[in-house]
Amino acid sequence: MSAEMMPELPLGTSAGLLESLSGFVRELRTAGIPVSLTENLDAMEALQHVPIEDRDTFKYALAATMVKNNAHWKTFETVFEVYFSLRGREYHLVEDGDGEAEELIADLLGRRDGEASGSADGLTHEQLAEMLYRALMDGNEAMLRAIARAAVTRYAGMEPGRPVGGTYYLYRTLRQLDLDAVLERMMETARSETHEQLTDLEERLARDEYEARLDALRREIEAEIRRRLVADRGAEAVAKSVRKPLPEDIDFMHASREELVALRKAIAPLTRKLAVRLARKRRHGRKGPLDFRNTVRHSLSYGGVPADPKFRYPRPSKPEIVVIADISGSVAAFARFTLQMVYAISSQFSRVRSFVFIDGIDEVTDYFKGTEDITAAIHRINTEADVIWVDGHSDYGHAFETFWERWGRDINTKTTVLLLGDARNNYHAAQAWVLAEMAKKARHVYWLNPEPRSYWDTGDSIVSQYATHCDGAYECRNLKQLERFVEQLG
Amino acid sequence: MIDNPPSRFESPASVREGLRSVSYLPDEGIASVVYLADRLGKPVLVEGPAGTGKTQLAKSVAETLGARLIRLQCYEGLDESKALYEWNYKKQLLRIQAQRVAEADGGGSWTDIEEDIFSEPFLLTRPLLEAIRADEPVVLLIDEVDRVEVETEALLLEILSDYQVSIPELGTVSATQIPLVFLTSNNTRELSEALKRRCLFLHIDYPDLDREKEIVLTRVPGISESLADQVVRIVRSIRSLELKKAPSVSETLDWARTLLLLGIQSVDAETATDTLHILLKYQSDIDKAAKDLSAASASSTR
Repeated sequence: MSAEMMPELPLGTSAGLLESLSGFVRELRTAGIPVSLTENLDAMEALQHVPIEDRDTFKYALAATMVKNNAHWKTFETVFEVYFSLRGREYHLVEDGDGEAEELIADLLGRRDGEASGSADGLTHEQLAEMLYRALMDGNEAMLRAIARAAVTRYAGMEPGRPVGGTYYLYRTLRQLDLDAVLERMMETARSETHEQLTDLEERLARDEYEARLDALRREIEAEIRRRLVADRGAEAVAKSVRKPLPEDIDFMHASREELVALRKAIAPLTRKLAVRLARKRRHGRKGPLDFRNTVRHSLSYGGVPADPKFRYPRPSKPEIVVIADISGSVAAFARFTLQMVYAISSQFSRVRSFVFIDGIDEVTDYFKGTEDITAAIHRINTEADVIWVDGHSDYGHAFETFWERWGRDINTKTTVLLLGDARNNYHAAQAWVLAEMAKKARHVYWLNPEPRSYWDTGDSIVSQYATHCDGAYECRNLKQLERFVEQLG
Repeated sequence: MIDNPPSRFESPASVREGLRSVSYLPDEGIASVVYLADRLGKPVLVEGPAGTGKTQLAKSVAETLGARLIRLQCYEGLDESKALYEWNYKKQLLRIQAQRVAEADGGGSWTDIEEDIFSEPFLLTRPLLEAIRADEPVVLLIDEVDRVEVETEALLLEILSDYQVSIPELGTVSATQIPLVFLTSNNTRELSEALKRRCLFLHIDYPDLDREKEIVLTRVPGISESLADQVVRIVRSIRSLELKKAPSVSETLDWARTLLLLGIQSVDAETATDTLHILLKYQSDIDKAAKDLSAASASSTR
């Protein structure tokens, strides 16, 4: 790594910066962003044109040369913060910086209240909260930054050398600040400030604005904690503890709430691309046999010479898809994303039918009809579908049996069946004969399992009892794997 | 390679000022990347949601520099003869015909003709070649590059990395000056690694509140500050919903213009709902946003 950076050493670059850069690139690659050698060299060249003290340009120079996919931007930003957060004047971590910040607060507080509030220690919890509230109302950014610092000093209780990512410190700080209450108070003020009643729309807009400010504050606190962690333990160690998977690598089964949001954002562009790709594949299929009629018709314009032979383009029949998904707790997210992806490209299939089950099974195809809003449909599934038979614990055997009784005759040679679930059957009867029958009638039967392959058939998982009858069983733990599978379907 | 031309921009700040003077309001990222593209002589790949000013960026940069804008609109099935160059077949044919007549009177040999008909007068330049051969400053815009097939992308590679075009019959045409190149993509498919590697990457997202307000104020003359403020706030709220297609900047501008034309001073929920179809293009989105805006009070209890 260092060998690859050396020749492009920009003049006047300090050894420290160079070291940070090489660590930075290494961390980007570890996080999964593919930075090629050329791109690395480009970045070094770009930096020669950037005044180092111009932090924004510095950041965008690195981003523009090394990160070529917007889905990776967040990861880039985090790594950048970790490696370069201590650069730039206003970001310097002064030893007694915290005292300084509190002084600023005390200063402002004193000025406003008309009384000097003594030393930084004299600032009470209530005073800090009051300052926070005012700064938020005014949207005073410098002030908020100072408060963020003071709040971290006071509430986070950071212990040097502890190998944590900072989430815990963030949680502690935010709990003390109680931002929900602050928001309510701000809304109260907004309501009382206007003489008339706030209309719904105005209230909504005010709330959005305040929430945006609170978000900025949260980010500032997070950044402050990260800066201190870096100062304490060095960039490399912190980068390791804050490393998060890229959206396409997030595990469906263990996604946190934030990660689920990221997934939902990532899936839309992904499916759009997938649909385009499938449509093109269909259109640009290989040529078929000679179309005699068409060739003769065109030969007329060449005086009867068949100069322009025409061919029949084969139109491969679109498969009919039947999705049968387990929507019990742990695998619900997986079912959701798979359904969303299948429906987003439903134009590539002649028909899509969907069934969901826990221990009972219900058809939910109609929920997707007449609505373009897949999220709403999925919400209806979760609230309305009749999927509980006895106790609401997954029973694959019973669900499959019921399916076969009620809808089995609809499976025919055009049907591709997708079974989604972890096959954790709570030790109920497997009823694998259903799948054997199904495989005989259907064109294909696939099993998609959101669990890592090494967990299959451990505990109450009986996936291979089912998989033996399927045309294939696939591990589908993240969007990347799911996308790859769906592409070969179309 | 060609020597770097005298730089067009002094610093990111001068890019910002230049673009502002033609009423394009760039953010930090845009200004920085355009500046670097100029300094490094590299093309910029601009990506982002539709209607955020990707194409306009190229146009505005051209306007700032007083350069000619050469535009190549990409589509499925775009090929060499539409993007690079083509031999003027009809003219060549006429030339051969003329030669035959001359030959009857004892004219030149076949090699003379061959050399003649594959020379510059018989060459039809298409946008890419034109941009390379231009003597005056040009800005090359390759629009919606994600629409061409992966194979066609390869056509662009020579131009983008070396600023030259190889024509088998003529030799290599190199640029006399490095043009600024912008490629835009709506991200309907993944572009090839080779293409991405040669470009600087710029993602233009929806602008933040302050910038969008400024854009509205600049682009919609006569709008009052308070109305502009309301407009961008409502748009921000709508964008936070889960929609098929979030309103773009150009739609924000259309909406602001409409409100101005209707003589509306201040937007209430009813006006907003009535004019939503300007911001949103899908019925399901309109329904959702209307429901959300009119039921705003419900959200306060969430």
